[in-house]
Amino acid sequence: MKIKLFLLLSFISTLACAQTQENPFYANGKIYVVVTVISMIFTGIILYLITIDRRLRKTERELNEKH
Amino acid sequence: MIYSNWWKYAGAVLVLYSIIGGLLFVNPNNLLFLDETVRNLNFHVPMWFTMIALLFISVINSLKYLKTFDLKYDIIASKCAAVAVLFGLMGLATGSVWARFSWGSWWTADAKLNGAAIGELLYLAYLILRNSIDDPSKKARLSSVYSIFAFPLFIVFAWIYPKMITNSMHPGSGDTVGFNKYPLNNNLRMTFYPAVIGWITMGWWMATLLIRNDFLLLNKQKNEN
Repeated sequence: MKIKLFLLLSFISTLACAQTQENPFYANGKIYVVVTVISMIFTGIILYLITIDRRLRKTERELNEKH
Repeated sequence: MIYSNWWKYAGAVLVLYSIIGGLLFVNPNNLLFLDETVRNLNFHVPMWFTMIALLFISVINSLKYLKTFDLKYDIIASKCAAVAVLFGLMGLATGSVWARFSWGSWWTADAKLNGAAIGELLYLAYLILRNSIDDPSKKARLSSVYSIFAFPLFIVFAWIYPKMITNSMHPGSGDTVGFNKYPLNNNLRMTFYPAVIGWITMGWWMATLLIRNDFLLLNKQKNEN
């Protein structure tokens, strides 16, 4: 939960300090959509890694208890 | 370090920050023909840094294996090399796309590009060599010795030789200066360094998953004997 909150806050703070004037890259304000999409995909991959990690940990615990 | 968790989240946050900052921070727009593609510095370059870091861990563990003949070091060495090869392929692929849009060609006969490709093949050969031997201790010994030769060769092909020649287009090679020599707006550094640390952490995390899995199998075999 703390992690999610931290991610959200860091995202908002970066949005806040990005400069939006002059540069055509930011002018129409749609680059944020792309940034959000990429961030979501990356977060999804990380969640998947965490799932594998937890499953592995469970197996490790089970096997260590047996021996 | 293999079994704790905090560094995984820290690395993920760093990479996420570099994705957001790398795309949203205003970057120097006056670097030759790079324009907005200079942002690739945050994504393409960390792939190589991660590969080199993992290969370094790999060769250290190969040395440890030859000193102790404990199979767990061979597991660490081989899994790090496997993930390193993945990151190297990502580096080649992303570099190829970047080259298409700044040099006009998917691949050029540049010492940096060819050197990196040769280095990649060296480690593919390492993985194939391992898979072709059944006996675990023979496999471990042969591949550890191979890796001690492969690591310096990789560094020479991908890093040192491209710096020695004069006609390379790749930044940091030949007479083309690296990004750190340009009068950079510090925004690039603000995302580049976290990206490097974050991706190295991601690579190590991915390697530890494979390592832990093989540790379980190794323990199982030990208990059966």
